[in-house]
Amino acid sequence: MTGDGMTRAPGGRAASAPLLGRAGEPTIFELSAPGRRAWSLRTTGLPEWSAAELVPAGHLRAEPVALPEVAERDLVGHFTRLSHRQYSVDLGAYPLGSCTMKYNPKVCDEAASIPAFRGVHPATPARGAQGWLQVLVELEEALCAITGMAAATLQPAAGAAGELTGLLLMRAHHERNGEVRRRVVIPESAHGTNPASVSLGGYAVATVGTDPRGLVDRKALGAVLGPDVAGIMLTNPNTLGLFEEEIVEIAEMVHDAGGLLYYDGANLNPMLGVVRPGDMGFDIVHLNLHKTFATPHGGGGPGAGPVAVGPGLVELLPGPRPARTDDGFGFVEPAASIGRIHSFHGNALVLLRAWCYIALNGGEGLRRVAETSVLNANWLHERLRGAYDFPFDRPVMHECVVSAASLKRETGVRALDVAKRLLEHGFHAPTVYFPLVVEEALMIEPTETESPETVAALADALVAIAAEARAHAAAGEDQPARDAPRTTPVRRLDEARAARQLVATFDQRPDREG
Amino acid sequence: MGSFVPHTDADIAAMLEFLGLSGLDELYAAVPEAIRCAGLALPEALSEADLVARLEALGARNTGAGAVCFAGGGAYDHEVPAVVRALAGRSEFVTSYTPYQPEVAQGVLQALFEYQTMVARLAGLEIANASLYDGAAALVEATNLAASTTGSPLVYCSQGVNPRWVEVLRTFAHGSGHEVEVVPLAAGVTDWDGLAPGRAGAVVVAYPNYLGILEDLAAARAAADGLGAHLIVCQDPVAAGLLRSPGEAGADVVVGEGQALGNPLGFGGPYLGLFSCRAEHVRRLPGRLVGETVDVEGRRAYVTTLRAREQDIRREKAFSNVCTNETLMAVTAAVQLGWLGTAGLREVALRCARGTRYCREALCAIPGAEPVFDAPVLREFALRAPLDGEVIVDRLLAEGYLGGIPVRAGFGGTAAEGALLVAVTERRTAAEIDGFAAAFARVIR
Repeated sequence: MTGDGMTRAPGGRAASAPLLGRAGEPTIFELSAPGRRAWSLRTTGLPEWSAAELVPAGHLRAEPVALPEVAERDLVGHFTRLSHRQYSVDLGAYPLGSCTMKYNPKVCDEAASIPAFRGVHPATPARGAQGWLQVLVELEEALCAITGMAAATLQPAAGAAGELTGLLLMRAHHERNGEVRRRVVIPESAHGTNPASVSLGGYAVATVGTDPRGLVDRKALGAVLGPDVAGIMLTNPNTLGLFEEEIVEIAEMVHDAGGLLYYDGANLNPMLGVVRPGDMGFDIVHLNLHKTFATPHGGGGPGAGPVAVGPGLVELLPGPRPARTDDGFGFVEPAASIGRIHSFHGNALVLLRAWCYIALNGGEGLRRVAETSVLNANWLHERLRGAYDFPFDRPVMHECVVSAASLKRETGVRALDVAKRLLEHGFHAPTVYFPLVVEEALMIEPTETESPETVAALADALVAIAAEARAHAAAGEDQPARDAPRTTPVRRLDEARAARQLVATFDQRPDREG
Repeated sequence: MGSFVPHTDADIAAMLEFLGLSGLDELYAAVPEAIRCAGLALPEALSEADLVARLEALGARNTGAGAVCFAGGGAYDHEVPAVVRALAGRSEFVTSYTPYQPEVAQGVLQALFEYQTMVARLAGLEIANASLYDGAAALVEATNLAASTTGSPLVYCSQGVNPRWVEVLRTFAHGSGHEVEVVPLAAGVTDWDGLAPGRAGAVVVAYPNYLGILEDLAAARAAADGLGAHLIVCQDPVAAGLLRSPGEAGADVVVGEGQALGNPLGFGGPYLGLFSCRAEHVRRLPGRLVGETVDVEGRRAYVTTLRAREQDIRREKAFSNVCTNETLMAVTAAVQLGWLGTAGLREVALRCARGTRYCREALCAIPGAEPVFDAPVLREFALRAPLDGEVIVDRLLAEGYLGGIPVRAGFGGTAAEGALLVAVTERRTAAEIDGFAAAFARVIR
């Protein structure tokens, strides 16, 4: 008992997940037997012309593409066993900071499997896709209501695609005003995609530092701003989990210098229904629907990264845009569009899931999401006091960043070791070594869908890991965390070897080459 | 209504008490009063049952969903068996994040390793990445790689490349500073002869091209050689079941749209950008790459590797900003290719080609309808009729067919403008094609 009032069992700890032995899983290529098959195709009644009759000789492949040949039963066994070697939100808490790994409601997945949505070809004329277009238009309207913006494009397939789209909008805005501006300001605590997106948007990066409170250093910002600056990219709350409380003043400074404000929506979750980026003064906002709006992340994608803009930028948006028309829904092409940024209309089945999530929550529900995400993060943060360092000891928003710097100095146990030991407690690890401005950083985002019991169990585990490290150091014993994890399908990897002796395909294995 | 927040009022009160706060509002003390939101203007929350009813009503308005599909243009109506849906729908794959902790992400990592192997084999190249957003995004990344390797921002892009991808290429060129020059088609295939001498970063050709025609990859390779450029080939992964691999023909980078490998049409996404390259380019490879290694006990294991290329480490010097990709679609593709196997992929491609010939002959037998070009096609073809393609598509939809894609953007002023691009997959039967041809004859009369 820890004095925090939590006594019930946690619903989000995966330590009870069964493992049937510790043998590795062969690749599907090793399971292959020539001539074995799973496929069957529709009877077509078509003439059975041969390949040679259909394809000119110079184009015809001499040998078929070598693919695995397995029975359906073995295909199912293989990928099911692989799935058992994979942590997931459905299994337990996933407190990866800045990733907002909340529970993904099942009905949203079921929506995406409805044939009347799933089976629609993207080139279907508008009148054959009225349901789809209505969903997309309503989603755009909801995202604008949530962000306080005028219009949005749904085309960007992920956050980084949204960032680059936003930067191209920024560029087009300045070009339309006959201005050439070469630099975009980002804080040193920015997400890694921000500087890369700035470069691909054709801009140079200007960095501003963090002040002792963990917020944007306004003095440094003032020194950087000028006629050469196209705008600033900010997350709010920032990557330290702190609300930029001077955002209104920052917006004024940037606008006075002729720049635009770009809102990186990675951290929008705690702001839902509380404060809108448009009201903070932002001109361009991207959203990560796979974070804030609970669409499943699929092991690293798909995502969706819609970009919403203020009234002055609407005509620059990528086209074609789904829109309301006189007789229903159709597509419109913005007058000064920067152009298309996706093969079709964006990751539609992801967009549909987000539309469902918003419909299920409503405005009040979204506010409840925000508040409880902040409550969980602050509660967890407070529970870690004493066990870890607080580089910025302030109330946080949806996530907290603590440091294992003292722990490392005292015991030799680093943030990485804490993360690996936490896996043995049945939780996914937090984000480690980010943001870069914090030494031995552990960035922890419990999200609102973890119950108080689960958050308590997570806190207990993190505190126990620190206590264990200190006890072992005091006794002069080996540190269990340094060898963790031991209970996982594989243990720590030789990552240097993976890079040095690259084997990125089965055919590059040393025993298959030459 | 459908709340996914577990906290009871008592839970919230206890947690606030622990924090020494008296209300949830106090959590937001840092947010200035003046900018706080008074409430979101959103419709009332729905219960799950009400949501499902609403979805059914909206779905009923997607009348195109029931149409027999003859549209392609990068999105194809292929067979997706139950086993692929079941495995790709496993929640361990669906609800996991990027594999940052490889000890508990071997499932996704190994599936991606298998995917990379299959994609590299399709392309006939050594390396494939773990996926990009879609075919268009893969093409943009390929030109970025080519420009940074060769030092030339000039991209010669065949008019036969999917015009929507070319549009995307132009959009991103505003940021990268690339110059995109479109090389026109002559008699359906790219005419490389008119290129100005000099240097270029990339030569891009599609195989088959947007109008379904088989391009001469040797001619494209020669054009690239003359310019010191990389050859980028946009490959159709299903057509690859019958066609020579672009790698064999000398491609440096092969990109493609992977939707056809087990992913639904889904009104355009999420799809899957395929990306393969020669091993020498691996350090400029965009996106994630999974490599094989061992753990501390010597067991085989998988991990994302050559991470120093990626945006979060290389920051503004990164060659790509890609972070989230399309992992689940890549896993789906690996399962689909595992289901098809060596013989199945070839059979799918062969059946597409048979259906395409049958359909082309049936439509071209209709008075007034004729192929735009006589050049050999594989699974798609462009057809001219006395009516504009858009009108034909509209009328065919009323007959229960998605008749194809009107050819317009990218082909203005050419013989293909106003034509109809028709695709036939292995799912189309002779009876469906006969019915389609009869409807076609009616609507152009």
